[in-house]
Amino acid sequence: MQNTIIIDGQEIIFKDGQTIMDAALAAKIYIPHLCHYPGLTPHGNCKLCTVNLGGKSVSACTTPAMSGQQISNNTAELNEARTTVTQMLFIEGDHICPSCEKTGNCKLQAMAYHLGMLDEHFSPFYPRREIDASHPAILLDRSRCILCDLCVRASREIDGKNVFAIAGRGIAAHLIVNSSSGKLVDSDIDVSDLATNICPVGAILIKEQSYTIPIGKRIYDQQTIVEVGLQEAISEKTKHDHD
Amino acid sequence: MPIAAESQSDHLLHVLYTLQQQHQHISNQSINQVAAEFNLPISQVIAVAEFYSFFYRSPRGRYHLLFSNCTSCGYLATGKNLLLALGQRLGVVAGETRADELVSIGETSCIGMCDQGAALLINGLPMVGLDADRIEQAAQLITAETPIEYWPAEWFYIEDHIHQPGLLLENNGSPGDSLRVALKCGANETLKKIQQSGLRGRGGAGFSTGKKWQFCRDAPGLEHYVICNADEGEPGTFKDRVLLQNYAGAMFEGMTLCAFVIGAEKGFVFLRGEYRYLLAHLQTILRQRRQSGLLGKQILGQNSFNFDIEIVVGAGAYICGEESALIEALEGKPGIPRVRPPFPVTQGYLGQPTVVNNVETLIAAAHINLHGSDWFTVIGTEKSTGSKILSISGDCLSPGVYEYPFGISIQQVLDDCGAANVQAVQVSGPSGKLLGAADFKRKISFEDVSCGGSLLIFSQHQDLLAVNRNFANFFTHESCGFCTPCRVGTQLLKNKLAKIINGRATVDDVAEIKHLGLLTNQYSHCGLGQTAANHILHSMENFPDVFAGCLTDNSYTPQFDLDAALEDARQITLRDDDAAHLKN
Amino acid sequence: MTTTKIRIATTSLAGCFGCHMSFLDMDERLVALLEHVEFNRSPLTDIKHCDPCDIGLVEGGLCNAENIKVLREFRANCKILIAMGACAINGGVPAMRNHFDLRECLEEVYINGTGVEQPQIPNDTELPLLLDKVRPLSDVVQVDYYLPGCPPSANDFLRILSQLLEGKQAVIPANSFHFD
Repeated sequence: MQNTIIIDGQEIIFKDGQTIMDAALAAKIYIPHLCHYPGLTPHGNCKLCTVNLGGKSVSACTTPAMSGQQISNNTAELNEARTTVTQMLFIEGDHICPSCEKTGNCKLQAMAYHLGMLDEHFSPFYPRREIDASHPAILLDRSRCILCDLCVRASREIDGKNVFAIAGRGIAAHLIVNSSSGKLVDSDIDVSDLATNICPVGAILIKEQSYTIPIGKRIYDQQTIVEVGLQEAISEKTKHDHD
Repeated sequence: MPIAAESQSDHLLHVLYTLQQQHQHISNQSINQVAAEFNLPISQVIAVAEFYSFFYRSPRGRYHLLFSNCTSCGYLATGKNLLLALGQRLGVVAGETRADELVSIGETSCIGMCDQGAALLINGLPMVGLDADRIEQAAQLITAETPIEYWPAEWFYIEDHIHQPGLLLENNGSPGDSLRVALKCGANETLKKIQQSGLRGRGGAGFSTGKKWQFCRDAPGLEHYVICNADEGEPGTFKDRVLLQNYAGAMFEGMTLCAFVIGAEKGFVFLRGEYRYLLAHLQTILRQRRQSGLLGKQILGQNSFNFDIEIVVGAGAYICGEESALIEALEGKPGIPRVRPPFPVTQGYLGQPTVVNNVETLIAAAHINLHGSDWFTVIGTEKSTGSKILSISGDCLSPGVYEYPFGISIQQVLDDCGAANVQAVQVSGPSGKLLGAADFKRKISFEDVSCGGSLLIFSQHQDLLAVNRNFANFFTHESCGFCTPCRVGTQLLKNKLAKIINGRATVDDVAEIKHLGLLTNQYSHCGLGQTAANHILHSMENFPDVFAGCLTDNSYTPQFDLDAALEDARQITLRDDDAAHLKN
Repeated sequence: MTTTKIRIATTSLAGCFGCHMSFLDMDERLVALLEHVEFNRSPLTDIKHCDPCDIGLVEGGLCNAENIKVLREFRANCKILIAMGACAINGGVPAMRNHFDLRECLEEVYINGTGVEQPQIPNDTELPLLLDKVRPLSDVVQVDYYLPGCPPSANDFLRILSQLLEGKQAVIPANSFHFD
């Protein structure tokens, strides 16, 4: 007998060790997520992937799939909550799309498009956070950081380095760089590192590259976050199949 | 009087504490030094130093005073703003250090002195019974740079205030009695006794202690660990302080008993930083127990029974009361709750099976083993056996510690402590329930109103919205920042509540705060966020007039104070004409 | 053929008039639109104050006291108020000054800026005072609809106005809009 779970009425197969998120993406079911990336240890901080499991709210990216689970994902109630959480991420930082080089390639923005979020609803916090432009090729603008921890995990787990960490508590939590000066230039980060490229928003940017593709022709001008999210899962799977 | 003796342990939190004692803060140089010593990334040491409230990255004063901001032992508890008074007297603003680095003042979450009047920590030492007079005297002593050991001893004297002893508080058996019984009847029988007693966790969640021990015992691992959660941070709770002061032997005995059952050789007490002053006392008792053969190698002569206990002192983070956050702190990391499952019983400290129990639970376990499970089950209710120790404070004649059989009504407790004209009771601290008179007939038990150990009493003259504001500030300050709903949600709740309190809110704002509260509770990662809006939701439900009473009739009001938003520009341009003002 | 036309007012607060430019990008479609609507207060008509209107389109966020007065006039006179474009919705590019104190901004421009003669921060009472921070419209008044984009396209304008002219609720479906 195969292991199966049911998401929004659809029965899907899962393998031992998979989370609800892994199983869903493998079955081409999109569960909204920002802090999850196939191949990295799930973290569960953004809470966009919250699904309903037997009346309880759980993070799909960290909850192991277990046979017989009945899961609601694409419901009006959950999507409304996801919209609110996305709005929280927008107002907590500085997400002024027209002034951000990442526009069009930004997952936070694409998530807003996907959820039909037309405005931020809450009064913006307009935080003042430190910018690190010390590195010749990489820029770190903390005011756009959503504390998803992807760069922290990518650096540690894939790049074999330990360039980033999150320090501070509560609303004062912030990204720090692991170097004696605390600056990127004194870290061992490279432009080709996954940590440099995985940032879902415009917090970590590669300098002098941002306008090589014009606005209007960028990723989320052509595709939805659903399509991109499913593709990421497939390419990760292909990578594993070759291993 | 002496400051608590330095711990010998080389735990990361202790090393950072020692360096801070030397340099009044944790400097970059200290960070680098610690990183090298512990072979840790610099970023991890910074992350720890910036997570815990009692660590500072810029110099504090040689006299560093942290006022509690609890509703019971806080700086507003006497009706006067003692923090402001001391700041004005010494010319220093809260949160800052005076230019000559003599003094710095600030506020901190409840320090567990709720039955002692207004209180503060001065260089980590609790000073109680504060009033305007004592603050003035303290200001003089600071100005004269009088060492704290020469300050009046009664300012630092903390009375126990045990007003109603019961099952546990009346019994303080001889050291080793319970262990001897355990050795005689074996681990299986001991575990069975704990299970039959129906003992449930006293920290609030109420998980079966016997089951927890059983799960941990059955879980495969290289090592097993016992942790005593002495991080009693819920505002209004201080019963563990009294237990640590008077019944630490029984607590260590309970830990050793647990170690015997689950096969652990190492245990930890995670002591909240606010209770650092108890460290020397606890270590003395540990030493005595080692000398008596109750800890260490071959306990009570039993060849295979080796177990010892290390005390790790926290550094100001309520979240570390959550067991997985506590374990993270023990591992030298920021106290961010883990994803659960796996639970600590299978993967806890260093990934190994771990029991985490509350102070009171461990004491109860030691007694149950000694006296038998029937001794425990004859008291309490069917699903809540035994007794519960309560910390009672706020508007009552006799604040202190009371022990009751489970099933006692709230009204009975209020009568016993001399509380009259009660408007509301906050059961189990800000994360618990805010109840009004209609609920006072309800009973404290897991079946009805569960309680981690505190009752905050608010009489009719208290402004409940101010209480809500206090609690909202607390959760905002203590949110670990890991997940979006709690990190941002607690801040938004605080902002929205401020708008309501300022009389600028509309009916829609009240609907909005409810929506936000439900969302924060439902979608947050851990218990902190999942309970952070309880006090607002309960206030709205049980005291609807409180919110309705201060709303404007307008259909929409600005989210900020319009005229105040022009103040900077008025100062810069030196204008004060009509056009330089806006009506809100 | 309707006898009474839908009355629309427009304004640009802390914005760049880009939304208005994009509005005019409707080109010849404007002619058809004008059969059903008339413009009241607007930079397009140069009418300086609002009469009671059906729809108010507000571009830009709030950077000074004057912006707030104008916005309140719009809210008081317009049955439906639309925040058009990024700045009206979240402060937009002008809100980038929120990274700095107001004094720092003014000193940079009027005191320390290059080529400044007779350095002085203007304080004439004719000038509107600046708010400490640039704010979105919804921080001060109830907004009925949000039309994102920097700027929203002419098609976006046409779509929302068409829906409203038909007396429907304006609906902007997911993935049919952009923030840049």
